[in-house]
Amino acid sequence: MSDNCLSAHLPGQGLMGVFLRQRVCVTDSVEDELEFALARHRPEGLEQLEAQTRFSRKELQILYRGFKNECPSGVVNEDTFKDIYSQFFPQGDASMYAHFLFNAFDSDHNGCVSFEDFVLGLSVLLRGSVQEKLNWAFNLYDINKDGYITKEEMLDIMRAIYDMMGKWTYPLLKEETPRQHVDIFFQKMDKNRDGVVTIDEFIDCCQNDENIMKSMQLFENVI
Amino acid sequence: MAAGVATWLPFARAAAVGWLPLAKKTMPKPPIDKKSRSDEILFVNVSGLRFQTWKNTLDRYPDTLLGSSEKEFFYNEDTQEYFFDRDPEMFRHVLNFYRTGKLHYPRHECIQAFDEELAFYGIVPEIIGDCCMEEYRDRKKENQERLAEDNEAGEGGDAPLPPNSTSRERLWRAFENPHTSTMALVFYYVTGFFIAVSVIANVVETVPCRPIKGTVKDLPCGEKYSLAFFCMDTACVLIFTFEYLMRLFAAPSRCKFMRSVMSVIDVVAIMPYYIGLIMPENEDVSGAFVTLRVFRVFRIFKFSRHSQGLRILGYTLKSCASELGFLLFSLTMAIIIFATVMFYAEKGTKGTNFTSIPAAFWYTIVTMTTLGYGDMVPNTIAGKIFGSICSLSGVLVIALPVPVIVSNFSRIYHQNQRADKMRAQQKVRMARIRLAKKGTTNAFLQYKDDGGLQDHDSDSTALCVKNRSAFEHQHHHLLHCLEKTTNHEFTDELTYSEVCMTESVGYRTSRSTSLSSHQGGSSSCCPRRAKRRAIRLANSTVSVSRGSMQELDTLQVHKTSVAPQSRSSLNARTEDLKLNCDDRDFTAAIISIPTPPANTPDESLPPSPAIPGILRNSRSGTFPHDAVKISSL
Repeated sequence: MSDNCLSAHLPGQGLMGVFLRQRVCVTDSVEDELEFALARHRPEGLEQLEAQTRFSRKELQILYRGFKNECPSGVVNEDTFKDIYSQFFPQGDASMYAHFLFNAFDSDHNGCVSFEDFVLGLSVLLRGSVQEKLNWAFNLYDINKDGYITKEEMLDIMRAIYDMMGKWTYPLLKEETPRQHVDIFFQKMDKNRDGVVTIDEFIDCCQNDENIMKSMQLFENVI
Repeated sequence: MAAGVATWLPFARAAAVGWLPLAKKTMPKPPIDKKSRSDEILFVNVSGLRFQTWKNTLDRYPDTLLGSSEKEFFYNEDTQEYFFDRDPEMFRHVLNFYRTGKLHYPRHECIQAFDEELAFYGIVPEIIGDCCMEEYRDRKKENQERLAEDNEAGEGGDAPLPPNSTSRERLWRAFENPHTSTMALVFYYVTGFFIAVSVIANVVETVPCRPIKGTVKDLPCGEKYSLAFFCMDTACVLIFTFEYLMRLFAAPSRCKFMRSVMSVIDVVAIMPYYIGLIMPENEDVSGAFVTLRVFRVFRIFKFSRHSQGLRILGYTLKSCASELGFLLFSLTMAIIIFATVMFYAEKGTKGTNFTSIPAAFWYTIVTMTTLGYGDMVPNTIAGKIFGSICSLSGVLVIALPVPVIVSNFSRIYHQNQRADKMRAQQKVRMARIRLAKKGTTNAFLQYKDDGGLQDHDSDSTALCVKNRSAFEHQHHHLLHCLEKTTNHEFTDELTYSEVCMTESVGYRTSRSTSLSSHQGGSSSCCPRRAKRRAIRLANSTVSVSRGSMQELDTLQVHKTSVAPQSRSSLNARTEDLKLNCDDRDFTAAIISIPTPPANTPDESLPPSPAIPGILRNSRSGTFPHDAVKISSL
């Protein structure tokens, strides 16, 4: 757990930043349980959330009821994410991907996803502009949040996605399949061939890709 | 699906936006969400008691009555509510299950009534939360035992054996339950009698009888009437041997029987006699022989077959072995300490009994257990002081652990039982989770096989594809998106193991063969399945032409798995509605790279004329044996 919190901090701030940052949900299990018992998070008011997100009042109500039922303490921790994803993808191992996803949602990097984080993320994903969605995806791939996607980061993400498929696939998943996929991705995205993909390259390239643009509208009516 | 997962599905689907820039293929269209997204309050009237809840709450568990479309059967148009003619008190618990995700068992209710309500509402009792699970299980077991007892009493004895059981089975049953037949009962009492006779003879043997005329010394009866005792002993041993051999013969598992405690006792009881017969009658070994006769006393343990209490005692002792071991260890420590001290304290005295430390052990034990025989007594003052300390501490050391052990007995006993229950429950839960996961996977695979992933632009969609809950639609769509992102498909274990096998064998194939092989008559509903089948058959011809029978031996009939326990699929009765989807898949050497699914079957057939024959036979629903037979072209 501590690895998560540490890896999620911006490199420029250094060690002091790590210590100064708010730590609500940190390391091992016993402390975890105690802190989760104490950490009761109440979200900001409905009006505020309505202003910040693109959901209507009713939708926020439905979302919150569901959320509160699942997590009475008001926050989601990474284990819940992993649990949920393992139920949705029973054949594979979804824990790595859930980990990356959790970091993408946990915008203030405190180890828990509160209702605000949750609903802000959903708002971008479902009601955001194409630019915002691509931004979010970039943020997901950029594991250390430094503004560049390196091949290693992409490989980690790709492996996590392929892990979700599990073993029993057709055709057989080979060792180098994720790597090949990463190479294809970089070939497409990395215009100046400097080994990293920046946010502008990414957005540019995606906007020029018809397939990606078309599929962006896919999940709009999920909520 | 487990609790609350339905709530998270929209979130998982939204997060799928993260796959979009990486996808190798275009994403499939999402399922059309027919129902309105707004939540509404439902009214549920249970025998007059009105409950209100959100629709979403009930939708959390689509496998149950209230979560599925089955509740529509109970909808009352006039009053705009769902009416159930059931116990309103019980319904409260059922509804709380939906609300909190945990099912609780009300302690004041009858277990059977509760079970019936759960069965009515389609809730599996295993979901009962940990807090109430133990109570539930205990009550249920109690109830079952009570019913079983009543049944037994009603039938007046054990159920009669099935008519065609072998004599061996009957014999075993007679041994285990002596009350079944009169012969068994007679045998039971006879063996009991002989055990008693044998033990009494052993005891009486040593009593001094009046001496034979002419001698002065008292003889033990055993020597006076040695012949009589010998005959009695022989008779008993013969009976015991006979019984043991009969049991050995009748036992369903001989190894297990021979390892059981009772049979070991039997053997130990009769061995000394035979050893005595075999051994020669000379003075050197007769001493050892006499020692062996001690083992005859083990015959008394044979009574444990006749006495339940003895068995329970033995079991409890066994289960508290560690506690007893600890007691023994601490006693040993105390004994050694005090014996040493006493020895050195009494060392100076002349003619003392404390000749060595081991000799002082005896004194320490006798003193600590407050026996005080008085055969060894300290003389020095230091010895007396330490002796009194020894006796005082003896009381403590012995008396203290005993209540602890007694309470440990009951605690460990109950804990064992609880641990076993927990383990069993955990196994059940894991199995259920595995099954649920498998069910999800199988549901998705079946959905794919039924052509559910084709574009539904017309009514040509098979009925088997409809009748899935919205949740399943969306979940399958999500899985499909992942497939498209990675350009790999989900399959099951069978297919995977075959592919592994064939890849290890090696392959040579041409794409043209795979493309051109479709058999006629496959429905447009399942062109994908037909395609896959055709690919495999084409490759099977390739492998036949190479002359290797190995791939064909691996031909199995891949039965499409039935979606288990999912209530919605049960409601839909997909098996009946699957008109053309009722085929069975052949899976042979699967080799080629997946080509984009063609919607129209090609006309050309592979050159071998036998293959259409195979397919036709398979279509009519044959058994695996036929398939394998035909495959040997």
